[in-house]
Formats: sequence, C-alpha cells, structure tokens
Amino acid sequence: MFLQLIVSGISIGSIYALVALAMVIIYKTSEVPNFAQGEMAMLSTFVAFMLLASFGQPFVISFAGALVFAVVLGVFLEFVFLRRAKDPNVLSLILITLGFEMMIYGVASWKWGAEQQSFPFPVSDFDIVNLGPAVVSYLNIVTLLVTLFLMFILFLFFRYTKVGIAMKATQQNMLAARINGIRANRILSITWGMSSLIGAVAGMMLAPIATLDPNLMLDPLLKGFASAVLGGMTTLVGSALGGYILGIIETLFGGYISLQFKSIVAFLIIVLVLCFKPSGLFAKHYVRRV
Amino acid sequence: MPLLEIKNIETFYRLIYALKGVSLALDEGTNTTILGNNGAGKSTILKTVMGLIDDQPDKGTIEFMGKRIDRKDPEDIVRLGISYVPEGREVFEELTTRENLLMGAYRRRDRAGIREDFRRIYDYFSVLEEREDQLAGTLSGGEQQMLAIGRALMNKPRLLFLDEPSLGLSPLMVKEIFDIIKMINSEGITILLVEQNARMALKIAHFGLILENGRFVMKGRAEELLEDEDVKEFYLGIKQTESAKGYQRWKRKKRWR
Ligand SMILES: Nc1ncnc2c1ncn2[C@@H]1O[C@H](COP(=O)(O)OP(=O)(O)OP(=O)(O)O)[C@@H](O)[C@H]1O
Ligand SMILES: [Mg+2]
Repeated sequence: MFLQLIVSGISIGSIYALVALAMVIIYKTSEVPNFAQGEMAMLSTFVAFMLLASFGQPFVISFAGALVFAVVLGVFLEFVFLRRAKDPNVLSLILITLGFEMMIYGVASWKWGAEQQSFPFPVSDFDIVNLGPAVVSYLNIVTLLVTLFLMFILFLFFRYTKVGIAMKATQQNMLAARINGIRANRILSITWGMSSLIGAVAGMMLAPIATLDPNLMLDPLLKGFASAVLGGMTTLVGSALGGYILGIIETLFGGYISLQFKSIVAFLIIVLVLCFKPSGLFAKHYVRRV
Repeated sequence: MPLLEIKNIETFYRLIYALKGVSLALDEGTNTTILGNNGAGKSTILKTVMGLIDDQPDKGTIEFMGKRIDRKDPEDIVRLGISYVPEGREVFEELTTRENLLMGAYRRRDRAGIREDFRRIYDYFSVLEEREDQLAGTLSGGEQQMLAIGRALMNKPRLLFLDEPSLGLSPLMVKEIFDIIKMINSEGITILLVEQNARMALKIAHFGLILENGRFVMKGRAEELLEDEDVKEFYLGIKQTESAKGYQRWKRKKRWR
C-alpha cells in the first residue's frame, strides 16, 4: 500500500509541481501570485477539448493548438490589463489577477458549465504496469515524463539562452536590465506566456483523471500555490520539489489517516511553513546588500 | 557637431526641482568630469539623458549624434551607443560574472565581436576572468565596479557615463579604475564622469564642470580647474588662508556669479 500511495503521490505531485512552477515564474518577475493561473489552464484545456471533440482534430494538433492558445492568452492578459496599471502595488496587481480569475471562470461556466465532460487522452489510466506490489498506469508514467521533460527544458532555457538569462536579470534588477537594453515589458510578456503554457500542460494532464468542468483547476491551483510556498516562491527547483512533497504527503495522509480531511494537509503545511521558514524550504538565503 | 549636446534641460522629481537649466556639449573622444556636492544633481543629469526619469526633462533638448533623444526609453538610448555605469554599480547579483557581461551585450548579434570584447575586458580587468563563474553579488565592491564598467563596455558604446566609480573603494583600487577609464578614453570612447573625488577626476579628464543646486557654476579645462583657488579650497580640500569660512563662501559665490 505504501508504495502504491507514493506512486499516486508522485503523479498528482507532478501536477502541483507544474502549477507551482507556473506561479513562481510569474511571481519572480511581476512579484504577484497569479490567482488566475488555474482558470487560464482550465480554459486552455477546454480549447484542447473543443478541438478534439467538436472539430475532430487529432491529439497532436489539438494539444499543440491549446498550447498556442495558452501562450496567446498569457501574453494578452499581461499586455492588455497588467501593463495598464499605473504605479501598481502588490495589492492592486493581486486584485487584477483575481479579476481575470472571475472573468475566465464566468466565460467557461457560461459556455461549458452545464455538462461534465470526460477528456480524451492518447494514453489511458487503465493500462498498467506492475511495479512490485504497486501498479503504475501509463498515464502516471506519461505525466511524470512530460513534467520532467518540461523542467529540463526550463533548466536549459534559464541556464543557456540569452532570453532566459535576461529574464533572470530582469527579475533581479529591473533598472540594470533596462540600462543594458533589455526590454522589461517584452520580458514580462514572455513570462506570462511561458507560465500560461506550463499551466495548460498541467490542466491537460489532469483532465483525463478528473472530470472536465470549469472547476477543474480550483483545487490544483490552491495546492500548487501551497507547494510554491512550501518550496519557496523564489525558487523554481524548490517550488517543483514542493509540489512533489505535497503530493506525496497528502496521498499518504489520505491513505493512512483520513480521506475526508486530505485537503487540509496543504493548509496545515502552509501554516507550518509560514511559522517556521517563511521563505520556503528551499529558498536560498541570499542577503541583498542594499 | 558635438557627440552629445544637452541644451538647457530642467528636470523635476514630482515637485522637487532638481535641474534648473543645464547645458553641456561633449565632443567625440573627450573626457569630461562633473563635480559637485551631494545632492547637487549630478546623477540626475545622467539619469535624465538615459531616459530613466519618466516624462523628463521637463524643458530643454538632448541630442546624440545630431538626433533628439530626450524622453526616449533607456532601452532605445542604449541601442544608440550610450552606456551607463550607475551609482552603486547595480550588477545582477545572482548572475555570474560572465552572465553579467553577456547581458551588457544583450542588444548585439555579432558573436565574434562579443567574444573579442570578452577578451578585451578580461585584459583590462584580469580579476574578472578569475571570477568568471562567481555570482556577482559575492564579488568585492571593487570587483563589482570593474564588472559594472565591463558590462557597460560590452554594449560597444561611443559614449560612456560613469557615476562615482570611486565610491567606497580603496585608494589603490581607485587609481587602478581611473587608469583604466583613461585607457578606455584613449581608445576613442567619449567619457562623461561624475565624481566626488575631484583631484583624481580632474587628473584624467580634459574638461571639468562644477554643479551646484542644479546649475553649472563653473566650466573649464581640467588643468585650469586644478589650479583654481576656489576649486582647490572647496573641492580639493586645500586650505589657502586661515580666514573665516563665511568670508570665503561669500567670496567664492561672488566670483562665480
Ligand atoms: N527619485 C528621487 N525622488 C525625489 N527626489 C530625488 C530623487 N532622486 C534625487 N532626488 C533629489 O534630487 C536632487 C539631486 O539628486 P542627485 O542624486 O542627482 O544628486 P547627486 O549630485 O548625484 O548627489 P550624490 O553626490 O550624493 O550622488 C537631490 O536633492 C535629491 O534629493
Ligand atoms: Mg549621485
């Protein structure tokens, strides 16, 4: 049973990790937790669903289309709303993201609210391989592989590409970035597009094991946020690890202690982290000399 | 035609009137220094030209190579070939030395040229090469200053602004940095240097200007300023007479206006 719970924990942990990464990428540049992250992912997942079910497109085209949509959506929200905020403070930015959240949720409920859909996916949760006493579904494996692949791409991007390094530079020192000719606005757009794309991947991998309706990402968003707080809102690696840790702890709690109260684990963890290590488990304590 | 021509600019920080009509022309290849006390507005001049103060200058014009650049975005001004080493260095603390330098070349596409400039900067500042993979935030103050200058040079500027590069450095390090500034200038890059260290600055500069309360009160060739009685007393710290300070201040003001 233990091993089986770990397998499930890693699988759901992948989703949390992706949501956490998406949040942290925006948080590091815009300094705001994006509470619309979940709905943006949900909407992109619906786009994939529409392409599949209503337009009968193959998986590849549908998924790629949804990812393109996600990027456009992220860039659009940043460009049209966030950038207009004059002298924004954190509170007003949070309110803007909550506004997005409600707007997108509203649109989705109006269009798809009534029925619960099942999301077709090329690999099934019912094809399994045995791993000792535990069973692992193909879907579990694909979820893990896709997540790790995405993380690897992110690592390469931030480590070796000029734009990736410029993104880190902008996060660290906006003034210095501008006087080196880095267009901070463009970096912000890229950030939102990237984050939205990562969220969409999470949504599309969650949809086959959940039911597709406008509430799809409600719970994962909060868990992803909790993971990011747990691992550290300022570290990509930390927040991803936070996702896996939360996924595993939560599943173990559900298996051994109480299934009903499984969801409160995330919030207990947030409270504990905020009490004992507010910057998160894996945040580097880098002291700024200003 | 001067490389940079500032005509009568006035700059406000909201209600604070920081520059009250400043004019300045820099010829290509020259090295000019702006001296002045804390709060005189020296940094404000550089920030205004770089486009870092929103909607400023309020009045006046700035031309670079004959084209108006006032109120342009810093990202565009940098692309024209002006580099800026800000007060307090402002390196990217959590990037390595090499990544910092790479960001200096952000706008450039010529890989071979960039590689060459890495070489050139490591020749100027050999310690940067030794610390290539170290995070900039962990470099010493002097090393960070070298990095900030190196990063600015990676932009291949025609004009280089330096804001108090000697701040917080040991006398030996100041000398080293100033020697390099002089060398950079001798390779054809025009320099505008803001300094508190008047003696060192006037030694390497061709021209000097003295700013007080948002206005230039004196301009001249550097070697003339070094000999000027008032500059000696108030900026070089050489006391001429035992007379009361009040009398000297009055006398100085009278001569300047
Ligand atoms: N961001 C700002 N907001 C409001 N006032 C400012 C701002 N920056 C500078 N000032 C004011 O403008 C005036 C000129 O400042 P500036 O930084 O240009 O002086 P400085 O000559 O560079 O001084 P220092 O030698 O101490 O660096 C000062 O009175 C300062 O208080
Ligand atoms: Mg200053």
